[in-house]
Amino acid sequence: MLILKYLNTLGRYILLMGRSFARPERMRMFLKQYTKEMSALGVDSIGIVLLISFFIGAVICIQMKLNIQSPWMPRWVSGYTTREILLLEFSSSIMCLILAGKVGSNIASELGTMRVTQQIDALEIMGVNSANYLILPKILGLVTLMPFLVIFSSATGILGAYGTAYIGHILSPEDLTLGLQHSFNAWFMWMSIIKSLVFAFIIASVSSFFGYTVEGGSVEVGKASTDAVVSSSVLILFSDVFLTQLLS
Amino acid sequence: MIEVKHLYKSFGDKEVLKDINAVFEDGKTNLIIGQSGSGKTVLMKNLVGLLTPTSGNVLYDGRNFVAMSKEEKVQMRREMGMIFQSAALFDSLNVLENVMFPLDMFSKMNYRERVRRAQECLDRVNLGDAQLKYPGEISGGMQKRVAIARAIVLNPKYLFCDEPNSGLDPHTSLVIDELLSSITKEYNITTIINTHDMNSVMGIGENILFIYQGNNEWQGTKDDVMGATNEKLNDLVFASDLFKRVKEVEMNKLRQAQANR
Repeated sequence: MLILKYLNTLGRYILLMGRSFARPERMRMFLKQYTKEMSALGVDSIGIVLLISFFIGAVICIQMKLNIQSPWMPRWVSGYTTREILLLEFSSSIMCLILAGKVGSNIASELGTMRVTQQIDALEIMGVNSANYLILPKILGLVTLMPFLVIFSSATGILGAYGTAYIGHILSPEDLTLGLQHSFNAWFMWMSIIKSLVFAFIIASVSSFFGYTVEGGSVEVGKASTDAVVSSSVLILFSDVFLTQLLS
Repeated sequence: MIEVKHLYKSFGDKEVLKDINAVFEDGKTNLIIGQSGSGKTVLMKNLVGLLTPTSGNVLYDGRNFVAMSKEEKVQMRREMGMIFQSAALFDSLNVLENVMFPLDMFSKMNYRERVRRAQECLDRVNLGDAQLKYPGEISGGMQKRVAIARAIVLNPKYLFCDEPNSGLDPHTSLVIDELLSSITKEYNITTIINTHDMNSVMGIGENILFIYQGNNEWQGTKDDVMGATNEKLNDLVFASDLFKRVKEVEMNKLRQAQANR
């Protein structure tokens, strides 16, 4: 029965995506929505991304220095491991998990409220493909801005690591720079960006699905918001395993 | 003109609408009345295509809406306007943008023409001064008037109103009723209003369909209501003391007139 329920949900999700990925009725209106969503979902998330990345970058650097560094290892190892963690996992996967909470709940509650206040019905009555008008700009808007958020996150994380060197004097800035530059593989940056694109799609589409299909009132909107965050997070972690295996 | 023929709607085992037959004419305010849970909203949702009937047909000027393809229904919906119980204005758009929305989506007018048309409609509902306000900043009655302006901006042939007076004070309800009635005449629209506001019934009910437990129980005009012998209809319409007294007075007048003859 449980499998049947999941298959049913998957089928409804695919159908909704089918309706969403149609040609927009009015390109002008689509571009207006697309710009608005890029601002609401991407630009408005820059602050939290920078804040979290700075402190996590600093914390990773401290942990590496205190727990990994030993007299038998080169002095650049802390910087090197900090960079690898930031590029490979934190700036893409963990940052997307955090954004699943912020952006996912935002999308689900917005669409859920539109559903229960009959705004989506109003669109349908007008003859507008509501899924296409509301969901497609959200997905494309987040997918467009996510790579920038990942790059900002990596850069700010490294700044945080420098903070521990210059302000906290945990390690010398020269050792950190040496580590950050050691055996740099540019593919890791691309890998991070590719992963983030997939995660952005998961966050926007899954949250839209839960919000768009709400039935009931405010309690159901709240539940949809929670379900959106939980499901997006689980799917991000799940796909991270496959993507890491595939891209490494 | 909208014709409903042998319309049935079930949800699982529960039959909500049973053999509904009705004709809603052009240029008239057609009312669907009934108690809460009688199936009024379900009937309206079937008419506009938000629900699909289990069986039966809905004809828009002879065109069978139920048998239309998805694309044809989308085209057909552009001839419809709908006012929802909650007004259903878009929160993120101001009043002018809300009214302009259907024009932005479907008209080939340029920006100036779209603004002018939206302003005309807002003036028609006496809201010319509230253009830049957001739905959250205006009263319920004003929201309903914005919804009316949005519904008529594309000159629809058919106007549907789901309990337009719900949550409004009697005076504002009267304003909305008069507005809907005059717009219906002015544009010669087929207007269908879903209501259990008895002031609306007695004020603008040119063609009234009474639904009881999903059945087409009674159909007539507001003048027919006064002399109606249908007990279920009388229980609904004359439920309040005020309306009971009005009916008594009217019936006495009628009896006296008959006696004088």
